Amino acid sequence: MRNMKKNWWKIVAVIFILYVIIAGFLMPVPTLPILHETIRNLYFHVTMWFGMIIILMVSLIYSIKYLSKQKNEYDIVASEAANVGLFFGVLGITTGMLWANFTWGSWWVNDPKLNGAAITLLIYLAYFVLRGSIDDEEKRAKVSAVYNIFAYVMLIVFVGILPRLTDSLHPGNGGNPGFGKYDLDNNMRLVFYPAIIGWTLLGVWIMSLRIRMKKLQIEKLEN
Amino acid sequence: MKTFKKYIIIGVLLFIAQTIFAQGPEPVEMADALRQSGKIYVVVGVLAIIFLGIVVYLVSIDRKLGKLEKEIKEKR
Repeated sequence: MRNMKKNWWKIVAVIFILYVIIAGFLMPVPTLPILHETIRNLYFHVTMWFGMIIILMVSLIYSIKYLSKQKNEYDIVASEAANVGLFFGVLGITTGMLWANFTWGSWWVNDPKLNGAAITLLIYLAYFVLRGSIDDEEKRAKVSAVYNIFAYVMLIVFVGILPRLTDSLHPGNGGNPGFGKYDLDNNMRLVFYPAIIGWTLLGVWIMSLRIRMKKLQIEKLEN
Repeated sequence: MKTFKKYIIIGVLLFIAQTIFAQGPEPVEMADALRQSGKIYVVVGVLAIIFLGIVVYLVSIDRKLGKLEKEIKEKR
């Protein structure tokens, strides 16, 4: 590791996640009915969504940057960030379904939070369909950047706002904002916050690999 | 005769355990005992190994990309 100065955040990601895997299983958690030990999913399922929202925000920022500066590199970052964000979202919805099956009794319930999350993933899926359907590079970058801004607004509406306006099975919704019930437990905080940072950094690492790969591909095409 | 006695004792104990369990508010069941005797550490270890494996994999991809980038830079 000669590039220690450049790569320190990757080491932080690995150490944090390793800590989360060990402490997440072995640290005491609040004893709550129905949830039982599955409350530990907070460190894994919930952090997938936090990671997704943060990485998609990176995508949004680079889309805006592209629209103002028209640099090709920004378009690459925006699309690869959206890709990793969507991947995290798919992991989040799959783990959520498993969790739901053993606590709510069904793989899917007609709940505003769940449906909102599904719609959001479809919106981001459409982002890639849109990109794939335009051959002209500049046009593709511009149109998808505009669409990406729309997509992030929809994400906030469907995941952050609408579920909070109605009742929801999902914690943190329906007049019960935030994670109050679990987050009050300081033991869980000790694992939860590093988990968010660790998983997000891991996503950023995968994103950076994808960006470098894409750049190499483009370079190969140009030569 | 000895084994017969054993079974009776076990049966009585099980019966007592059941009646005790039926009384009062049900305690929330956690895996406390499981962690002591249920080999949960094994699962933690497996997860840690899988994650470290993924990390090694990511590092190798990272290095390969770095090599390719260097080669392309030198070509120019």
